[in-house]
Amino acid sequence: MATELQTELAPERAAPKPAQPERGSAPANKPARAGRGALAIAGEKLIEFVIRLCGISAIIFVFSIFFFVFREAAPLFFQKHEPPAQPEAVVERHADDHSPAAKKFALKEFLFSKEWYPTSQSNVRFGVLALIVGTLSVTALAMIIAVPFGLGAAVFVSEFCGGKIKETLKIVIELLAAIPSVVWGFIGLTVMNPIIQDLFHAPIGLNMLNGAILLALMSVPIMVSIGEDSLKAVPDSFREAGLALGATRWQLVYRVLLPAAKNGLLAAVLLGVGRAVGETMAVLMATGHAVNIPFVTADGSFNPLFIFEPVRTLTATIAAELGEASEGSQHYRVLFLIGVLLFSMTFIVNLTADLIIRGIKKR
Amino acid sequence: MHPPAKHVEVSNLRLSYGPKEVIHGITFDIFKNEILGIIGPAQSGKTSLLRCINRTIEFSADAKVQGTIKVEGVDVRRQNVYALRRKIGMVAPLPVGLPLTIYDNVAFAPRCAGVTAKSDLDGAVEKCLRQAALWDEVKDRLDSLGTKLSGGQQQRLTIARALSHQPEILCLDEFSIAIDPVTTMRIEDVLKELRKEMTIILVTNLTQQARRLANRTMFLWNGDIIELDSNQVMFSDTPANRKTYEYVNGIFG
Amino acid sequence: MIAETTNRLFAETPLVRKKQRREWVARLIFGMMAAAMIIPLLLIIGYLVYQGAPLISWDFLTTNPVGGMRRGGIWSALLGTIWLVGVSLLIAAPIGVMAAVYLNEYARDNWFNRIINLAVINLAGVPSIVHALFGLGAFVLFARMGRSVLAASLTLAIMTLPVIIASTREALASVPRTFREACWNVGATRWQTIRRIVLPNSISGILTGVILQVSRTAGETAPIMFTGAVFFRSISEGDFFAYGLKEQCMALSMHLYTVTTQVTGAPKPLPYAIAVVLLGTVLLVNATAIVLRVYLRSRKKW
Repeated sequence: MATELQTELAPERAAPKPAQPERGSAPANKPARAGRGALAIAGEKLIEFVIRLCGISAIIFVFSIFFFVFREAAPLFFQKHEPPAQPEAVVERHADDHSPAAKKFALKEFLFSKEWYPTSQSNVRFGVLALIVGTLSVTALAMIIAVPFGLGAAVFVSEFCGGKIKETLKIVIELLAAIPSVVWGFIGLTVMNPIIQDLFHAPIGLNMLNGAILLALMSVPIMVSIGEDSLKAVPDSFREAGLALGATRWQLVYRVLLPAAKNGLLAAVLLGVGRAVGETMAVLMATGHAVNIPFVTADGSFNPLFIFEPVRTLTATIAAELGEASEGSQHYRVLFLIGVLLFSMTFIVNLTADLIIRGIKKR
Repeated sequence: MHPPAKHVEVSNLRLSYGPKEVIHGITFDIFKNEILGIIGPAQSGKTSLLRCINRTIEFSADAKVQGTIKVEGVDVRRQNVYALRRKIGMVAPLPVGLPLTIYDNVAFAPRCAGVTAKSDLDGAVEKCLRQAALWDEVKDRLDSLGTKLSGGQQQRLTIARALSHQPEILCLDEFSIAIDPVTTMRIEDVLKELRKEMTIILVTNLTQQARRLANRTMFLWNGDIIELDSNQVMFSDTPANRKTYEYVNGIFG
Repeated sequence: MIAETTNRLFAETPLVRKKQRREWVARLIFGMMAAAMIIPLLLIIGYLVYQGAPLISWDFLTTNPVGGMRRGGIWSALLGTIWLVGVSLLIAAPIGVMAAVYLNEYARDNWFNRIINLAVINLAGVPSIVHALFGLGAFVLFARMGRSVLAASLTLAIMTLPVIIASTREALASVPRTFREACWNVGATRWQTIRRIVLPNSISGILTGVILQVSRTAGETAPIMFTGAVFFRSISEGDFFAYGLKEQCMALSMHLYTVTTQVTGAPKPLPYAIAVVLLGTVLLVNATAIVLRVYLRSRKKW
């Protein structure tokens, strides 16, 4: 539509100044207009060019993030053999009774195997299933904790309190959002760890529950602020109509506001999910960091106490192992591939949330 | 006496916002140094028409303009847009004092046009404030914020700003909507003075204002010109169109 | 409000009483949900301060860690954080502000600009560890910067960019459109309008956003882990320019991680003290921005 407009109306700058037609009876006492210096006009052009360049920088950065992360991971798919400098690769070649093709990186194994032995001498395995399960289960448990609290707090801030309390709460929530994740991790390690051990008699306090509580606390602020925005977007006429009919606040919230704002609240939850999936330091320090599918016990049956199992997430794996993996090794490249996986996961979650929010704004 | 020179020529102008057409192909001329009153109810396309003339319509993303508008004989689309807008002073319905001092408000346009000399600016500011009948009230506090003035003063400040780039055409869009009758009368006096120097397009929903000030009046209704004629005809008992009579006399609209 | 007056005006029926009771319960539950997040948090922060307090002193801030990071202060880490935040801000702030100006003032609503918006949103959602991988792949290896302050700062800058863009856009959007139209009406170009009216009237909001960003950058750990931060480096105490752009540096957040998880035998208050300093810095900067915002809101020009 905009391009149509531009063709419809001549470009703003390219058009030459028209020759002044004869003035007729126009007053003759007009002083000549001062023109702007060529330098000023050139400077303006330059700065507008720079502004446009910065405008598209976001696209460049998103693409280059994907490109450079993928670039480090890509040789996995094209390299038939590992670099000979890798001693474990040599060992593995002997130990592996399959064919040499086993050395080839298999995407299927990467996604669906739960065996993660990146530095093993005899049996190198890069299966991230357990890590994916770890990430998803911690995130899910975090959301189970965070959603009621986050949305409840959003409702409280938006509908049940006013004036000073509201302002104070919003500021506190903003400060909550500012706490660095490494401090959260530290809290998990030093404060939550003994509390969980004492409270639930869990053998180890660094587990899924610990990480999930931290992630919940970390993702609550964004849920509150987006949730409050979407509640605020419900027209006041809805509220007035409800109250005029004699509804209590609670009835108003339950029957009018929540249905009206449900998409915004869903987006708020999704953004919380995105944040939880991508969180690194807190889960690295607080989840126990054991490659483990928490729902299954050693003998293969369902583990009802899975929330007390230590788990490991995708993000934490990268953070913990990238320092040790030698540059260019298969292990190193697999870690980058995990990065690609994470990037794609959060991309989809954020995209969905954005589409939902955009849909609300359209209305 | 030879016919008066045409200052603005609008021919077959159509304007639509998205799928909705708001001006359905109108054609008329505006002569030099006349006051053309444009009356009509809300939504009849008056403001959009003004925005087409100074091309600020281009800021509405979904607007589509067809037909031509010529200012001084040249299609507005072929003119440098900034030069064009400097030829046209525009006063919006609600006063907009820019968040600058009174002085800077009026000096804004000359500065944008490249005037830097203090003496030139001083002269321009004083002249425009005098023209807008505001000078005596604000001459001692040119450094205070324009936004702190009263509504009527702000509207005159807006007029002063619209005059500050020495326009040849002054468009007023329902300028009296937010100000009291006394100030309105003062501004009307100002306009009577200004008409000697420039062409004035006066969009108003007060038919009596058009009657008092304009040479000719155009009655716009839902994007069509019902009638355009001299005030003697428009406000007589026998305008060409019965609708005009009814609107002007408050029988409908 | 209306419901309350109504209740006072008319006689209470059992239904009304029931409604009121429910209202009260709902209010209590929601209030408790809000409180459930905040009160434990305050307790935890109080606990951290209580544990760390014995160590915190001026000397703690201005001396290097010694003895395998078990004794001494945190000077080199503190200075490293200041450097990382400063350099990343120098990069991110101009680009972010100009990108926001483009999106808010120049961009028309077409598919291309919708993609830019989408890119900004996705950039904001990229996990910090992926930023770290990107920084390692692009700056450290591809651009051959090595692990350095510069590479880490660039990584942080790209990470903070979307937030600066978002806050700046908000500040720009708060300038009424009528101001812009008034400028365009007198023949001002877009840039003149931006420079003379829009930016002067939104600069305070922009600054607030940038300050908020400082606090967020200061706490980041993952993005700098593999791009420029080291476990330990000794630098000259009191010299603000002890780090060079091409050198590696320590950082407060990284230091907390290291001392907590890698160093054994550190005195118990040490990690608490580091956490308190980090948290204090972040919250202080944040609170400054909030105070500034409240103050500026109170003296708007229109």
